[in-house]
Amino acid sequence: MNFMRAIVAAGLVAASTSAFAADITGAGATFPFPLYSKWADAYKKETGNGLNYQSIGSGAGIKQIVAKTVTFGASDMPLKPEQLEKEGMIQWPQAMGALVPVVNLEGVKPGELVFSGELLGDIYLGKVKTWNDPAIAKLNPKLKLPSDAITVVRRSDGSGTTFLWTDYLSKSNAEWKAKAGSGTAVEWPTGVGAKGNEGVAGNVSQTKNSIGYVEYAYAKQNKLTYGAVINKAGKTVLPTIAAFQAAAANADWAGAKNYFVILTDQPGEASWPITGATFILMHKDPADKAASGEAIKFFKWAFAKGDKMAEELDYIPMPDSVVKLIEKTWSADIKS
Amino acid sequence: MAVQSDVMEATGPYDRAKALNAFKFGDVTFYWITRACAISVLLILGGIILSLIAGAWPAMKQYGFSFLFTARWAPSADPPVLGALGPIYGTMVTSVIAMMIAIPVGLGIAIFLTELCPQWLRRPIGIAVELLAGIPSIIYGMWGFFVLGPFLADSFQPFMIRLFDGVPVLGSIFAGPPSYLSLFNAALILAIMVLPFITAISVDVFKTVPPVLKEAAYGVGCTTWEVVRNVVIPYTRVGVIGGIMLALGRALGETMAVTFIIGNAFRITGSVFSPGTTISAAIASEFAESDGLHQSGLIMLGLLLFVLTFFVLASARLMLMRLEKQAGN
Repeated sequence: MNFMRAIVAAGLVAASTSAFAADITGAGATFPFPLYSKWADAYKKETGNGLNYQSIGSGAGIKQIVAKTVTFGASDMPLKPEQLEKEGMIQWPQAMGALVPVVNLEGVKPGELVFSGELLGDIYLGKVKTWNDPAIAKLNPKLKLPSDAITVVRRSDGSGTTFLWTDYLSKSNAEWKAKAGSGTAVEWPTGVGAKGNEGVAGNVSQTKNSIGYVEYAYAKQNKLTYGAVINKAGKTVLPTIAAFQAAAANADWAGAKNYFVILTDQPGEASWPITGATFILMHKDPADKAASGEAIKFFKWAFAKGDKMAEELDYIPMPDSVVKLIEKTWSADIKS
Repeated sequence: MAVQSDVMEATGPYDRAKALNAFKFGDVTFYWITRACAISVLLILGGIILSLIAGAWPAMKQYGFSFLFTARWAPSADPPVLGALGPIYGTMVTSVIAMMIAIPVGLGIAIFLTELCPQWLRRPIGIAVELLAGIPSIIYGMWGFFVLGPFLADSFQPFMIRLFDGVPVLGSIFAGPPSYLSLFNAALILAIMVLPFITAISVDVFKTVPPVLKEAAYGVGCTTWEVVRNVVIPYTRVGVIGGIMLALGRALGETMAVTFIIGNAFRITGSVFSPGTTISAAIASEFAESDGLHQSGLIMLGLLLFVLTFFVLASARLMLMRLEKQAGN
């Protein structure tokens, strides 16, 4: 099995490593890909050093870094501390982002439709089948919704986005937790599968009466109709940078071992409940120390100068206090 | 020849033997090189089968034959529950529908091209068919996603659902709600994709029918339909079936276009308008993020597709052999 993985891994990164030997190589989550490529572009202009990031998915990114075929891996799902220990790796959150439920419903404007976590769970379980279902009407008394069937759209490939979404559904809907649970790929009770954030965005914008979940930037770029969500404090919040930051501010980064924090369903009146961080994974004792030193330099630069670029793309920069913690981790744990 | 033998005789018996030896050496080398080439195919094939079996081994141990009859696909359950029935069903349904559409249309085009088409129209149609074969499958996928899918969901599917509403069996095959990602849409794309295989091969074999046979049939007053039905088709049966099997092999294994428009849902439903998945689409969308038993299960799906395709081709061979025997008698 390891042999096979190595072949797949080698195939995926061979082209990049041989052609741009001087570049930093990384692979993993698709969710932060727009951000990392923007950072890489600016970094190259400033320093001349390039970054080659392959957005192949969180799970595949973890596999690549474990197999040591890349300098760093990226994942939207943090590894458990014991798993990190076993592989001799460290992880840290590089940026934060948020997921939004998106719909394609005639006459409904962005932010008008209100969901609760429980309702989203019931829709994704296939229990709420039509848009005029009493459960939806109860939360949206002013909207006139059609009697058409709901087309549920979800990811067909395993993904960190799916992990955050199903984690949120599990926290707010007991039946979802029992039947489907949370993970990068779950047993979907209903719906059609689409590949990648862009696949889900495309499906929802094409299909009438559909619902899906995408990363906020994809919803914004595709001008999709997003919904409002009732958070843990019982308040209806809209997906805004302020709401994402409120959720992030409530997370206990300092108290968490290896930054193992999942940001969904955070307390706080202004918190957007489906927020998540995206993580970087590296070996403590890397085989190519020069390359990993270069990678750390890049991430340091990104923390120092990348905040504005992140906000332009609707990501949430890590707070300065967390950045200080992470820089301590780097100097303490990574051998160079 | 004469000059050569003169030279050989003139140089004496010793040199003649040497020359013959040289020929023999060349022959033996040629024999072994070609044989090695042929055997390498078997080695590669064997290597693929062995690595598939090795990769699928953990899943085989865990699930055994129940893998084939379980409809549930839950990689996140603990332990994962994996069953291939959904993808097998989807693969079968899409391939069968695709062949039901592609065989008559493909043969129709081939017959028109060889028997009925005016000379000036032959080239444009022939080139159009070849172009169909040259379009990359991802283009078919995108076209299916953006154009064909919405069209079918808005017009064809509602029509069929209303038409067969309340009819037993057919009513449940064409049951709503309409969806632009469905087994039927994937099958239709597959039909278009395999059409050139059937058409091109049929055209080629139809051209091998000796003109004298057709002329004789026309001579005794046969119509074009009778000539095609009783002369052309029986004469070229083996080749046509070969083309159909090639098309079926493609339909079973096509990945990219199908992944785009089938809906990727591990489910078995009576309606062809509901989303489903095929073996190759399941592997394509889940392999990158899989590990452990999940990955092993996907490799086992691959092995299954391999075996399935092998059986299709083997049974085609058997059928052809039987037909040839009949023709011989």
